[in-house]
Amino acid sequence: MAEYHLTTPLTDEDVTQLKSGDVVFISGTIYTARDAAHKRLVDALDRGEELPFDLKGAIVYYVGPTPPPPGRPIGSAGPTTSYRMDAYAPRLHSLGLKASIGKGRRNDEVKQALKDNTAVYFGATGGAGALLSQKIKAAEIVAYEDLGPEAIRALTVDEFPVTVINDSHGGELYVTAKR
Amino acid sequence: MRTIQRDTVVDAVAKLCIDANRYLPADVRRAFEAAQANEDNPVAREVFRQLLENADLAEESGLPLCQDTGLAVLFVEVGENLVVEGGIRDAINEGVRKGYAEGFLRKSACDPFTRANTGDNTPAIIHFDLVPGESLKISFMAKGGGSENMSRVTMLAPSQGFEGIKNFILDRVAEAGPNPCPPILVGIGIGGTFENAAILSKKALLRELDDTHPDPEIAAKENELLGLINDLGIGPMGLGGKTTCLAVKIAMAPVHLASLPLAVNIQCHSARHKEVTL
Repeated sequence: MAEYHLTTPLTDEDVTQLKSGDVVFISGTIYTARDAAHKRLVDALDRGEELPFDLKGAIVYYVGPTPPPPGRPIGSAGPTTSYRMDAYAPRLHSLGLKASIGKGRRNDEVKQALKDNTAVYFGATGGAGALLSQKIKAAEIVAYEDLGPEAIRALTVDEFPVTVINDSHGGELYVTAKR
Repeated sequence: MRTIQRDTVVDAVAKLCIDANRYLPADVRRAFEAAQANEDNPVAREVFRQLLENADLAEESGLPLCQDTGLAVLFVEVGENLVVEGGIRDAINEGVRKGYAEGFLRKSACDPFTRANTGDNTPAIIHFDLVPGESLKISFMAKGGGSENMSRVTMLAPSQGFEGIKNFILDRVAEAGPNPCPPILVGIGIGGTFENAAILSKKALLRELDDTHPDPEIAAKENELLGLINDLGIGPMGLGGKTTCLAVKIAMAPVHLASLPLAVNIQCHSARHKEVTL
């Protein structure tokens, strides 16, 4: 298990070195998107439209934060369960998405997409919404404001802590981590 | 006949919503600390360290423990000699509306097909029980989607007995794996009818984590299931370890002679709930 500090956008070199079980601290910009936002992104691609943010080297965080109280950029912001995004993730990876952050297992299509596109799946601690919120320095809505908690936001993060669950070489922490 | 003012109920429910989402229950904190001390796996210990830090931060900052502040589920015991001015259901929904707005909690209630958000986390899921007397007991649970999605109801054949019940529960927990935010709580409803079993399984989750079932035979079954689930080795967040489950709670009801309904309601580690008696 190694520890890395990475800055967005991620490169192939950043991703290739990562192995399942590694701890990574992410700084830079990550984009929030969950169920409804993913559906809209893929619908936009079907219509041949441009996406509201650049997928190249990007990290998507599966999260629907609570509303920000006064004086804070965002409310609680822990990961949501990832499998619901499995239907959309391979297509986004094929267009340059380098990583997603969530919790729980991915299906075989997603794992194959990670290998094919040199991408990675990170886990963050589920339920640690208040703790992870402290690593988010700014939040700005970039698309689908009408979706409320599901709108796409650009988050500026500083040393956001994640663990590599599925790496780009076929490794999976949920399989190897049994006691 | 006793009358309770509407605002009393509205304010009490709003406070339950905010407090349950902000403060980790004392029994859950005790369970985290005990489990952390019991883990040999450094990754598992680190997860508990983060969860305890998260609880402290939520308390200090006022942020909710988790971004999924849930659908509002309420179990309400209404005294038969009690009236709530203006109607109890309406007062509870108004309390949920108020609590989720004032506590900066996420509104997660939406239309099943259009997925359009109702905007205020109502209608709440309310289960009423009529009881003797003139008091009003309201238990609130914030039920997140991630853990709720891992829950199941099944109709076993009576011949399957406890072995069948055990196998179904273990398969369900293993299949859920890391998805529902382990270490989980497992609420089990046995008997009654299809819908009754489901409600029992959720109601069982209101019990204190470290209590003991009053029937020693059921208590022994709860302990056996807890041991078997922890032997799966899923661990906190699915990253391996001894603690996959913090508690198993069984609730039962008499059943049709042809039936053995079983419901497994999985709850996330934070087990956010709170109650008040008015």
